[in-house]
Amino acid sequence: MDTQTLIYMFVGASFALYIGIAIWSRAGSTSEYYVASGGVHPIANGMATGADWMSAASFISMAGIISFVGRDGAVYLMGWTGGYVLLAMCLAPYLRKFGKFTVPEFVGERYYSQTARVVAVICVIFISFTYVAGQMRGVGIVFSRYLEVDINTGVFIGMAIVFVYAVLGGMKGITYTQVAQYCVMIFAYMIPAIYISIMMTGNPIPQIGFGSTVSGSDVYLLDKLNGLSQELGFSQYTSGTKSTVDVFFITVALMVGTAGLPHVIVRFFTVPKVSDARLSAGYALLFIAILYTTAPAVASFARVNLIETVSNAEYQKLPTWFANWEKSGLIAWQDKNGDGKIQYVAGAPFNGAPAFAEGDVRGNSGERVVTNESTANGNELYVDRDIMVLANPEIAQLPGWVIALIAAGGLAAALSTAAGLLLVISTSISHDLLKSNLAPNINEKQELLAARLAAAAAIMVAGYFGINPPGFVAQVVAFAFGLAAASFFPAILMGIFNKKMNKEGAIAGMLVGLIFTFAYIVYFKFVNPAANTPDNWLFGVSPEGIGTFGMILNFVVSYAVSKVTPPPPEHIQHLVDDIRIPRGAGAPVADH
Amino acid sequence: MSQHKKENMEAYWKENLKILAILLTIWFAVSFGAGILFVDALDTIKVGGFPLGFWFAQQGSIYTFVILIFVYVWLMNRLDRKYDFHEE
Repeated sequence: MDTQTLIYMFVGASFALYIGIAIWSRAGSTSEYYVASGGVHPIANGMATGADWMSAASFISMAGIISFVGRDGAVYLMGWTGGYVLLAMCLAPYLRKFGKFTVPEFVGERYYSQTARVVAVICVIFISFTYVAGQMRGVGIVFSRYLEVDINTGVFIGMAIVFVYAVLGGMKGITYTQVAQYCVMIFAYMIPAIYISIMMTGNPIPQIGFGSTVSGSDVYLLDKLNGLSQELGFSQYTSGTKSTVDVFFITVALMVGTAGLPHVIVRFFTVPKVSDARLSAGYALLFIAILYTTAPAVASFARVNLIETVSNAEYQKLPTWFANWEKSGLIAWQDKNGDGKIQYVAGAPFNGAPAFAEGDVRGNSGERVVTNESTANGNELYVDRDIMVLANPEIAQLPGWVIALIAAGGLAAALSTAAGLLLVISTSISHDLLKSNLAPNINEKQELLAARLAAAAAIMVAGYFGINPPGFVAQVVAFAFGLAAASFFPAILMGIFNKKMNKEGAIAGMLVGLIFTFAYIVYFKFVNPAANTPDNWLFGVSPEGIGTFGMILNFVVSYAVSKVTPPPPEHIQHLVDDIRIPRGAGAPVADH
Repeated sequence: MSQHKKENMEAYWKENLKILAILLTIWFAVSFGAGILFVDALDTIKVGGFPLGFWFAQQGSIYTFVILIFVYVWLMNRLDRKYDFHEE
């Protein structure tokens, strides 16, 4: 069977599975729709959290980024896993004991204020839409490369699938679909990684393989990579180029942001008990760690492979994957010195993404002609980072079914995260805005209908962003984490650990944290991007790491304001006492 | 709330905070300590093909995180039982 048929089979079978699960587990009540009635087994919830959390960015882009930045890539590895420790120990068990449906609901009730709840809803919607736009685009890209359909058609198919299981199944449907999606994506990630590890080092465990010697020699893989990198003018793979301060702040922002992301927190509302919420966070991180410890191994294998395959190779003698990915625009070559060979050294070959000549214009060696103006350096090769995972099986000459598996895995990663985010958006609208503010008299059936309509509308908006991606998608991701770090995390943490924290303190803190972080990112990313250099940054902290600062400001302002304003009422202090002990956690219920 | 239960709760919470302080110190040490602040010093030590700081940054910190959560689960379940706050 040829690879294309295999891809159709794998992707088709996985989609059929997701839809089958959705029909089997459709939701009949708001409790099922919002939190799967709090009846999910901790291991199942751990897998679902893994799939919910690991997006197209984790699956497709992360190893590629690490591949190109070396040790500094650790900010993502530590940042996106360390947050689970905070979540497990400081947030999840207490929020589960609180036993409601949404994060804004906790904020609103703990701070006895509808204003706080509405501020929280706005943050939730903003953070989640920022995130979901990227996912829909990811779906489109995987479809266009592997199924040879137009990117827009790909986005439509993705929308249709998510529509079926998010609108029909709600949290219950999403949970069990995500369990299946986790299995698909982890197989898809591990199998090529294991293959390549065996090929390059003889060790079947990639995590150990990339610290071993290269097969048939006594040189360590990382030493070889350092050597190759230096030879071509790149910095050493195992040393960093970012300042320590910046790495520190970015890592804190990512960790705290992870712990504060509403679509992750809400997953812990779905388990039966408080002790299950703790355990489930452990399983979630374990399942995530399988991929996250493999990614840096894949990154170094792929980097060695890429350099060895293309450096000084004649274009006409390159393997077919090169032309395949050139066709989809993720690789481009500009033969600056006209020798027909690829010179791959440090520096950008030209400015920006490659612009290919209209029609299928070919150069002297048969390469696609790029119309960008060349830069002065000797580098001739443009490589999109995503290729390190997507093309890895082809670069390593793995069989066709492995390539098909990657296609199904990439789609699973993007769809599962998109569904989780869309659910959070629809829940905030139907439960936190409609039911608690605008139309408190609707009955449960109407609320459920509203949630489904909101999910459908959110899918349309997400699809629109997938088809017409705003140019700034990549830049606004810093927003999602920065804002979650500067707003939710401190508000929830103090809500649990500081009994005296009052509404004035929490609202003031959230607003100061939000506005500061928002303004800093907007200034450096949109208003004055030319000034976005370390010299101009506050204490040398980049916009990616500024959420940490916003968080500190939030803590300081909240504490100061709470000292000079009246303490929270008696019943709120009792509420805090109550959420601190595990006993008595029932299934989540609505507050009206 | 009875006086006894209140004291019980305060003692439980105090022990909980102690567990958190210890585990989060380890959390900080392996990631921000070994993986960021002291990474260059640790890189002079090599374990197999890995410079040690690099290993902590890209592998070791994550393994430690996983272990920390499971240790936390175990300690908290024990604590819940000790103060009779565990769920039926």
